[in-house]
Amino acid sequence: MTVTTAAAALAQTLPALRIEKLNKAYVADKPVLRDINLEFDGRGITAIIGPSGTGKSTLLRCVNRLVTPTSGRIVFNGADVTAVRGKGLRKLRRSIGMVHQEYSLVERLTVIENLLTGRLGYVPIWRAWLRKFPSADIARAHELLDAVGLGDFANRRADQLSGGQRQRVGIARALMQQPDLLLADEPTSSLDPKTSVEIIDLMARLASEQNIPVVINIHNVELAKRFATRIIGMAKGTVVFDGPPSALEDKHLAEIYGGQSWLE
Amino acid sequence: MTPNAATAASATRATALPVNWWRRGGYLAVALYAVYAMSTLEVTWERFVRGIPQGAKFLGRMWPPNFEPQKLQLMREGMIESVEIAILATFIGVLLSVPLGILSARNLMPAFVTWPTRSVIALLRSFNPLIVAILFVKAIGFGALAGVMALIVSSTAFVSKLFAEAIEEINLKQVEAVRATGASFLGVLAFGVLPQVLARFVGFTAYQLDSNLRNSTMVGIVGGGGIGAALFTATQRFDYDFVLTILLTIIGLIMISEIVSTQVRKLFQ
Repeated sequence: MTVTTAAAALAQTLPALRIEKLNKAYVADKPVLRDINLEFDGRGITAIIGPSGTGKSTLLRCVNRLVTPTSGRIVFNGADVTAVRGKGLRKLRRSIGMVHQEYSLVERLTVIENLLTGRLGYVPIWRAWLRKFPSADIARAHELLDAVGLGDFANRRADQLSGGQRQRVGIARALMQQPDLLLADEPTSSLDPKTSVEIIDLMARLASEQNIPVVINIHNVELAKRFATRIIGMAKGTVVFDGPPSALEDKHLAEIYGGQSWLE
Repeated sequence: MTPNAATAASATRATALPVNWWRRGGYLAVALYAVYAMSTLEVTWERFVRGIPQGAKFLGRMWPPNFEPQKLQLMREGMIESVEIAILATFIGVLLSVPLGILSARNLMPAFVTWPTRSVIALLRSFNPLIVAILFVKAIGFGALAGVMALIVSSTAFVSKLFAEAIEEINLKQVEAVRATGASFLGVLAFGVLPQVLARFVGFTAYQLDSNLRNSTMVGIVGGGGIGAALFTATQRFDYDFVLTILLTIIGLIMISEIVSTQVRKLFQ
């Protein structure tokens, strides 16, 4: 008990995630991210806004190391993760849940199998191959399915679901990992406006219930302002705005996206 | 637009559907070569007509098919052996093809792994199953084992290439999502890759079983076991009525396998 309270106290004092002087260039001399410095504490929703191709996805992918940064440091839970490999890398990834653009469910697996994918970083490999997951994992999967409102869909194949339902499964899969951080890369880009609100709302609610900080890349500025506690604006690979939604004005949007006419 | 302006515009534009003289030359060369090859091989109408009476005699001696109990017993043993050869070769060949296919998929493996694997597969593919069967008969002696080994080689060569191609066509976003959960390579394989290709793997396996059933009737001709031996002996001894019995049975077997493989594929959609 004391260990958990101590850890909780530590989480409140230390930033959960610190990004220092991060640079990434897929092709030499064409940097996508330029000298990014950011800190995230252990709570709330941060929305990253910015035009397409400005490096938002790359930034998120550097954090769970689907992309390896060119230079700089990323300190997560007190350890530099920019150079971890092998088992260390898998442990990093399992502690960071990710909700993907266009769901990225494994279409030919059932809903519950997709959720159990979130446990692959924990269970021994023979259990995964034989589909013999611990009963606690299966119970948790059912709880999460209920929580996202898909309790009756456990044995449906993922390709039979609608877009909104798929993204609910995507959220549940990420939470199956019992993550310390939730990343969402354009989670609503292929959803209708109403479903988009429902999905962000669901993600915000579940994450705050479980005290998981969320970082969302999002195109929809209104949605970002409505749900986020902090907004980061990016343009051309750098951070050009960082503050609460209330401080985000039209002049900032003009700087982030360029041009004026679309704001009028 | 005046007629003059129209001609001016068409002069600056590229001609639609231009004539490709290289391609026309190519067609002509193929046609000329075919005529030349026919003349050297005595593939002529006159030669064909000369063969017709012999063909009629052959067909006439085939009918009616021979259903003597002793012959049927001989055929039954041969057919059962052929089916066993086909099933064994398919099973072992597919088992070998799964790792080979994964190791040669360029979207999962680095080039220093795919290159050697692809070379091995290319080597296995170089010979027709019949030639491989001859080599095995010479190397390990007459009998079903040689036939099984020969068909394992050809099945592995063919199926592993198909498996690799199926894997190369999968959706990598789904794979990345599984990787992002912290899964190890084998975990990604089990939950991200194989679910996407399993149905196609089953389809390829059914196809290969079908193909092996045909091939297994043939390896016996060179001493690799199965019905082929009986078929070959029957033709040598001019027992054409028994040849017809065997051919009809092979047709029946292939039809049954067609039905079975269609049903199996439906199960794994």
